[in-house]
Amino acid sequence: MDLSNQILQYIISGITNGAIYAVIALGFTIIYNSTEVINFAQGEFVMLGGMAVIALDSMTNLPLGFSFLLAVLAVTLVGLALERFTIRPAKSSDPIALIIITVGASIFLRGVAMMFWGKDSLGLRPFTGSTPIHLGGATLVPQSLWVLGVTVMVMAALQFFYKRTITGKAMRACAFNRRAAGLVGIGVNRMVLVSFGLSAAIGAAAGIVVVPITLCGYDVGIMLGLKGFCAAVLGGLGSSPGSILGGFLLGVLEALGAGLISSGFKDAIAFFVLLLVLFIRPSGLLGSKEVKRF
Amino acid sequence: MSRFLGYKSVQVGSFGLLLALVPVVVTNRYYLNVLIFIGIHTLLVVGLNLLMGYAGQISLGHAAFFGLGAYTSGILTATYKLSPWPAMVIAVVLTVAVALLVGVPALKLSGYYLAMATLGFGIIVYIFFKELVWLTGGPSGLVGIPKLSIGNVVLDEPKTYYFLVWAITLGAIALSLNIVDSRVGRALRAIHDSEPAARASGIYTARLKIWVFVVSAVYASVAGSLYAHFITFISPSSFDFMFSIKLVTMVVVGGMASIWGAVFGAATLTVLPEVLAVFHDFDIVIFGLILMVVMIFMPQGLTRGALDLWEKYRLQRDVAGESLSGG
Repeated sequence: MDLSNQILQYIISGITNGAIYAVIALGFTIIYNSTEVINFAQGEFVMLGGMAVIALDSMTNLPLGFSFLLAVLAVTLVGLALERFTIRPAKSSDPIALIIITVGASIFLRGVAMMFWGKDSLGLRPFTGSTPIHLGGATLVPQSLWVLGVTVMVMAALQFFYKRTITGKAMRACAFNRRAAGLVGIGVNRMVLVSFGLSAAIGAAAGIVVVPITLCGYDVGIMLGLKGFCAAVLGGLGSSPGSILGGFLLGVLEALGAGLISSGFKDAIAFFVLLLVLFIRPSGLLGSKEVKRF
Repeated sequence: MSRFLGYKSVQVGSFGLLLALVPVVVTNRYYLNVLIFIGIHTLLVVGLNLLMGYAGQISLGHAAFFGLGAYTSGILTATYKLSPWPAMVIAVVLTVAVALLVGVPALKLSGYYLAMATLGFGIIVYIFFKELVWLTGGPSGLVGIPKLSIGNVVLDEPKTYYFLVWAITLGAIALSLNIVDSRVGRALRAIHDSEPAARASGIYTARLKIWVFVVSAVYASVAGSLYAHFITFISPSSFDFMFSIKLVTMVVVGGMASIWGAVFGAATLTVLPEVLAVFHDFDIVIFGLILMVVMIFMPQGLTRGALDLWEKYRLQRDVAGESLSGG
């Protein structure tokens, strides 16, 4: 396999991972826009999605599509509970306190997952076969197409939700100015609740489609969450198109770096990019919001 | 000023006396080991509290400085057979250099952006510990780190090491108490309250923030060296993202901007996992739960939170008493 084929292969696997990062970054963005909270438990939604679908698929005879929906629903409930029982009753709106609450929640969820599913990584059969598809000199597993397809669907659905539904419009109003949104009769608290549910749902969807490729263990959430976070910053914290761009870019950069430089330092690349962006252009590639920097 | 100085020496002196008396009562090696860990964590948390509690600058990557201290000491003494004390000094110098390299660009940021930058830095350093196998031993760790010695006396007993760790930690506490009450300390708190206002009143905020970042990194580095020579085996997992989070939690649980709160926070969160160990795998569930509950209901930390609860209770009791006598 010559170098150009290799690079093509890296880019393809980078785009698959990047799609997952993009969806996780969107989850960060949804919550950040409605509450200005960085939800460190975002990665756990992804993990719970994967774990839930594995459990449903192995214990019941339900069709995979149905298990998918049930798993998303279950994780959405977890997201709603997280907001209702930890963020809303919090007495302080200090970012440090809120960060630690979500970190506590993430440790808690990880612990619960370990109790239920044990410490081993679990897998799931691909949605539709595993015959590789040849693309130029590179190959691609069919599950990658599922990942991309679901990612595009999630993005389209979000776009529809924000632009066409009254709840979506109300959420955009809250992101723009919470007080003004409250003044025109939008229930800001309810919008915050919806944003946690939504963010959990899309995180779970990402976790479910990627399981057949990457396996899932109780501890995968932490790294996935942090990578999604890097993607969100790269694109510009608070910007949805930025999150998507950041996710794909990060995925491809990481795959190229891992392939051409060193696979051991693969995880470092994402954080190195994060530092570069923060030091050079902290508002990210597409971010417009003013960054606290003098 | 001298009145404060006297008050502080009484505090530090009585705490020191208490610490000196502990080994008389506690002779169990396990308990002494836990106390040594509390000392090392206290050193870390007191330093981080200067940065977070006083200057209001968050660091989610402090485990990296702890690790730099530990690995520099460990590598220089175990691989290159340097004697431990000079190695510790080299570790501090290296940590200062790294802290400057990261701190100068990072501290131009604030809030979440600073949190992310320090988080990214911490994870990168962790990955280096893990991947530079020829230097650090990689994921399986670095073995054969010698015990510390003073003159010809090797500090290989928990009891002697206890005294060394706590002597250094007590010194750091005294130093921090003095920093906090000095002109610099007041300037740091001014930065916490409002950076523009601090600058307007003539405080060179950029330089001061970097200074306090470096000081807290040095505390962490020394703690790391002490840790490496105590357990004589180090592996990357002791310096991961979760440990950074744990340190921040110790600061917050103890109460921000309180040196003695830092001691309390370090002690509580060092003992807690030991106590929870009886629950085996359930311990992280309970740890997460406690973290959430404390932060939801007592965001000012346990010390302030407990005082607030007591105040509320007293108020209610008084009101109840009045309504009884009134009716």
